[in-house]
Amino acid sequence: MLNETLNGITSGAIYASIALALVLIWRGTRIVNFAAGAMGMLSAYVALSVIDAGMSYWLAFAFALIFGLVAGVVIERVLVRPIESKPPLNAVILTFGLLILIEAVAGMVWGEKSRALPPNFSIRGVHVGGQTIALSPFDLFVIAAVLVTMALLVVLFRATNVGLQMRASAFRPEVARLLGVRVGRMLSLGWALASLVGALAGVLVAPKVFLSPNMMDAPLVYGFAAAVIGGLDSPVGAVVGGLAVGLVASYVGGWATLGPSLEVMGVLVLLIVVLMVRPEGLFSGIKPRRV
Amino acid sequence: MTPDREAPPPVLTSQDPAREPAGPSPTATQAALSRGSVLATPPAARKIGGRSRLPSQPLLRHLLVAVGGLVVIWAITSTVSSYDNFQIAQVGAYVVAIAGLTVLTGLNGQISLGHGALMGIGAYAAALIMIHANFPLAVVLVLAALAAALAGLLIGIGAARLRGPYLAGATLALAVGLPAIAYRWPSSLGGGSGLSINQPTPPTFLGANFDPQEWIAWISGLCVVITLVILANLIRSRYGRSFRAVRDDEIAASLAGIHVPRVQVTAFVVSSACAGLGGALLALSTGTVNPLGFPLSLSIALIAGMVVGGLGSLTGAIWGGILIVYLPQWATSVSNNFGFSKGVSSNLAFGVYGLALIIAMLAFPGGIQGGVWRLVNGVRARRARRNSPASAGPQSNEHEQG
Repeated sequence: MLNETLNGITSGAIYASIALALVLIWRGTRIVNFAAGAMGMLSAYVALSVIDAGMSYWLAFAFALIFGLVAGVVIERVLVRPIESKPPLNAVILTFGLLILIEAVAGMVWGEKSRALPPNFSIRGVHVGGQTIALSPFDLFVIAAVLVTMALLVVLFRATNVGLQMRASAFRPEVARLLGVRVGRMLSLGWALASLVGALAGVLVAPKVFLSPNMMDAPLVYGFAAAVIGGLDSPVGAVVGGLAVGLVASYVGGWATLGPSLEVMGVLVLLIVVLMVRPEGLFSGIKPRRV
Repeated sequence: MTPDREAPPPVLTSQDPAREPAGPSPTATQAALSRGSVLATPPAARKIGGRSRLPSQPLLRHLLVAVGGLVVIWAITSTVSSYDNFQIAQVGAYVVAIAGLTVLTGLNGQISLGHGALMGIGAYAAALIMIHANFPLAVVLVLAALAAALAGLLIGIGAARLRGPYLAGATLALAVGLPAIAYRWPSSLGGGSGLSINQPTPPTFLGANFDPQEWIAWISGLCVVITLVILANLIRSRYGRSFRAVRDDEIAASLAGIHVPRVQVTAFVVSSACAGLGGALLALSTGTVNPLGFPLSLSIALIAGMVVGGLGSLTGAIWGGILIVYLPQWATSVSNNFGFSKGVSSNLAFGVYGLALIIAMLAFPGGIQGGVWRLVNGVRARRARRNSPASAGPQSNEHEQG
């Protein structure tokens, strides 16, 4: 039970960062970015290539995050801007197409062969009182990295001028534009930050699962469930939802009579139950429109 | 959409096609056109002076087209090779599933990323029924469709709360998670190796040497025609109109007395039943079902086929089915010709799907069928201009379309 809880918290931190990537984009552009996971996967491959070139883990880490940042801006400018005025369905299909394209390109470039990204810390559980518990130094690094990122985002949104402008352009784009906010630039910045967080998730997932083009499919589903449970609008909700999803998946996986393969279905059930009870999610301030 | 799509047809003196004059009167043509063809065509397609010799009553028109379709299927299947017939049967299975998906997405505005999993439910249901019971094939196919419809009902009830991207994410979870269930209960579902079924054999009156693959292609083709006729009539019915009303504006639709969640669930159930039938047909044509046959990539292929074929168009579903079967084959042959590595050749088809989805959304939302209509309209408009240079009709219609 303890091990499952610890596992759940660690993977929950990763799901929370994917959920955060989705929430950041949803707040700014009302688009669910189904390619968020695939972009993180691509960043992990970038990190692997940097390590293969003989550089250190930390340099690779930095490269992956910068790659995510740039990719976010490019995708927002080139692909998302033209379809913003169209029905939401178009955006769903577009980001879904992007997911497929990125996975296919990664498969072409790096091959289908699964490789592990070497971690910077040991992934073996630490010994406490003669027993090995499922918490490795790398797990602690994962949790710390996600917490630091979230703290930085909170500071950015709450305490800086840029953060205020970003919130304004997400909340009332027309009014913000009248007040001199460069809304388009803020949207690009939002995508950049979101895919930076997605890249972080990709790099953090990579040492635990073997790198493969579709390694982020299940984490994306978990991250999406976490974001929806949290309300899609609330960064706090994304974090809480991520931890909840991580724990549920871990408990379902650890429940011997069911076996690990049913984790996704367990999360799907959690998602539907939460939406039955609170369709707007747990932390959303927005009430659903009713006639 | 545009008001003329919903415009009531002018009263006709005769609904019987046999009694119509050889060259239909302008009123009759106008009525046939304003009621719409089988397809969700752009409004202008019907207004520009096309000559439709098809009857104006939807059911009769659809049945006539269906008979034509059956003749075409018979003509093709009896001339091509056994392997081609195997592929035609698969095209049919995908067309049925995509047709259901296009009704859900194109007409009702909901998107499902999990239709591959629903096809899996239909396929497993068909296999289990064929293994454990000895029902006629038609009953098996109907029950498979019902099994998927039941699963669709369960998801759809949740989906009524899950609008737009929410539904997409929930069905994505279904696509990723469902195949694992087959591994969980290997004793009844066969685990990783799946279940194998006895493929239907041709009836004796066709002769002893009749190719079984051709028979399966016939079954598949017949199911395609039946499904498309049912869906085409559904689209033209009260249900079809309420599907579109909910898609265009949920609040306006509910003010008009439409029960929005019920309509959304209905659309999802209809669409799931089609996916289930498609899955059962796929199982018949391959003779096996296994969890690897219904991965997330199948759902991806279905969406790509739907969008590239033409969103909301039943004819587009046929293009989509052809695309799903022949594109991977084309990718393999291209890779062999250019000596691409295995990594490239196994991913080329999906690269094309992804690129096609993005390009379609940015530049060609109508897909292949939209392009076909644009071509047909161009020809018709030019012909109309040549016939009556004084008439400004086509030009003004074109303006309306833009």
